[in-house]
Amino acid sequence: MATRAPDRLAVPPNRPVRSRRLRRHLVHQLDVKGSPYAYVAPFFLLFSAFGLFPLAYTAWVSLHEWTLLSDEQTFVGLDNFRTLLADDYFWNATFNTLSIGVLSTAPQLLLAIWLAHLLNRPLRAQTFFRITLLLPNVTSVVAVVVIFSQLFGRDFGMINWMLSWFGVGGVAWNEGVATSHAAISVMIMWRWTGYNTLIFLAAMQAVPRELYEAATLDGASGFTQLRKITIPMIRPTTVFVVITSTIGAMQILAEPLLFGSYSISGGPDRQYQTLSLFIYENFTKLDFGYASAISWMMFAFIVLVAGVNYLLTRRAKGGLT
Amino acid sequence: MNARTAVRTARRHRAAVPAGRRPRSGAARRLTYLTLAAVAFFSALPLYYSVVVASRDNAALADVPPPLLPGGNLFANIARVFDTVPFALAMVNSVLVSGSIALAVMFFSTLAGFAFAKLRFRGRNALLVLTVATMMVPAQLGIIPLYMLMVKLEWTGTMYALIVPALVNAFGVFFMTQYLSRALPTELLEAGRVDGCTTWGLFWHVVLPAARPAAAVLGMLTFMSAWNDYFWPLVVLTPEDPTVQVALSTLASGYVNDYVLGLAGTTLGTLPLVAVFALLGKQIIGGIMQGAVKG
Repeated sequence: MATRAPDRLAVPPNRPVRSRRLRRHLVHQLDVKGSPYAYVAPFFLLFSAFGLFPLAYTAWVSLHEWTLLSDEQTFVGLDNFRTLLADDYFWNATFNTLSIGVLSTAPQLLLAIWLAHLLNRPLRAQTFFRITLLLPNVTSVVAVVVIFSQLFGRDFGMINWMLSWFGVGGVAWNEGVATSHAAISVMIMWRWTGYNTLIFLAAMQAVPRELYEAATLDGASGFTQLRKITIPMIRPTTVFVVITSTIGAMQILAEPLLFGSYSISGGPDRQYQTLSLFIYENFTKLDFGYASAISWMMFAFIVLVAGVNYLLTRRAKGGLT
Repeated sequence: MNARTAVRTARRHRAAVPAGRRPRSGAARRLTYLTLAAVAFFSALPLYYSVVVASRDNAALADVPPPLLPGGNLFANIARVFDTVPFALAMVNSVLVSGSIALAVMFFSTLAGFAFAKLRFRGRNALLVLTVATMMVPAQLGIIPLYMLMVKLEWTGTMYALIVPALVNAFGVFFMTQYLSRALPTELLEAGRVDGCTTWGLFWHVVLPAARPAAAVLGMLTFMSAWNDYFWPLVVLTPEDPTVQVALSTLASGYVNDYVLGLAGTTLGTLPLVAVFALLGKQIIGGIMQGAVKG
């Protein structure tokens, strides 16, 4: 270590001057007691200014008739929320968000657990498999959607070409509700499955080997071991992944925006307009009050859905008895 | 044999049992490799396909079956990208923005992580819980007032609007706290204290060198997510002075039927990250897994 210990100790102690010692003591106290606050301060200051303040301010804006077009903001109380609850487009966006969220998250997490299970044993080329798993996550959303829009093309897309082998012809992926939701979910799954697999894998590697060895001696099959040992043991991680995926799923924006060739209504019939996209649509109309109200409704949904998922995952059966 | 004896037996025979699970049968093993190979194939396929399309012309897209091998037009198409959008400027902007964000996050996260992991101060636990809690707040929620704030500061259309709000993040603080509390021996700090180091001296001479591996991973992750950030740059920047993602979305939206152009741009904007990832992938994955264990 590059500390200066020997030099310092070699210097003979100063003549004991009381006041100097006292001052040094005070400075030292200040350093020990005060400096930790200085070290965490940049984070909290910047985060308050650009993270928390905007959040709280959104609530204030949502109670106003607020546009960039006029300087006057009239306080309207909960009017924006009242309009919102009667707005069909809002409920459509809510439905789409939930639908795409479930379609993309549920299969993805099952797949991720299974892949992590496969990787959680001595294998050749571990690193290679892990790196390819994360490759999609390095690819930007824009790239993903441009690539997949091409793959999902109706007339010349590769996916329809492959489907044609099975006698399925010319699916117009971006026209229907179900097809567009499926296509968008595939993009999300492609991008995030590998990432979640690695997180599950990390948790699985912390499970004591003895448990598996004992189970093997008892004659439990690989699948039984997965069900009876691995899944109960990684429950905290599962809760974490489910919550973060839920939060991510509730905020989907770039995929539907770009899949519709940049249509902020999410397709001509709003087939895949998500809540985020709906906020963005009202934002581009400069209707900030209304957009803020949607933001807060979205936040409420996130808290609700994440809370429900938390309870479900925690109660999901398991336990090592 | 009950479970407990089994554990004991297994422990005793540990050396005999290979490090992992029971030896698998050949068929099951082959199936595992086959599955993982298929996953690897599908992970790489879209990227490969984008290179294929980017190196052909639009007419080739109408072929059935679709083209499977790269053609010879890659450089011509890339030249078209540079003609259509200010791509060079976008690259410079992206490097500038992602680089400064990554450096700042590395520094501030290590600083705060040091305080949370190794220093005692009143309110430490409460502040740490608050930090973790803020990771749950969706960033998009504040976009509207953040935009209004940027208008007030006259930062819209400039890179400040991207850089300043991203200088810190809760994940980084949490990540470095986790790492330092495990990887930095408290004795080392105490030794530094005995030698008369101030807290800042400890940070500079002891903590920073010890934090380097984790900070590098955090820096890479931050760089990648800043590079790939799409929505906020789209809101505050103009198409004349974009980042790579905004430039790509212009290509993808304005030239709907010119897939070749879109995919040439996409390839160009993605390759730098894929290259970095190919070089440092192992460390990045190690970092993600390390950060995840205590999730």
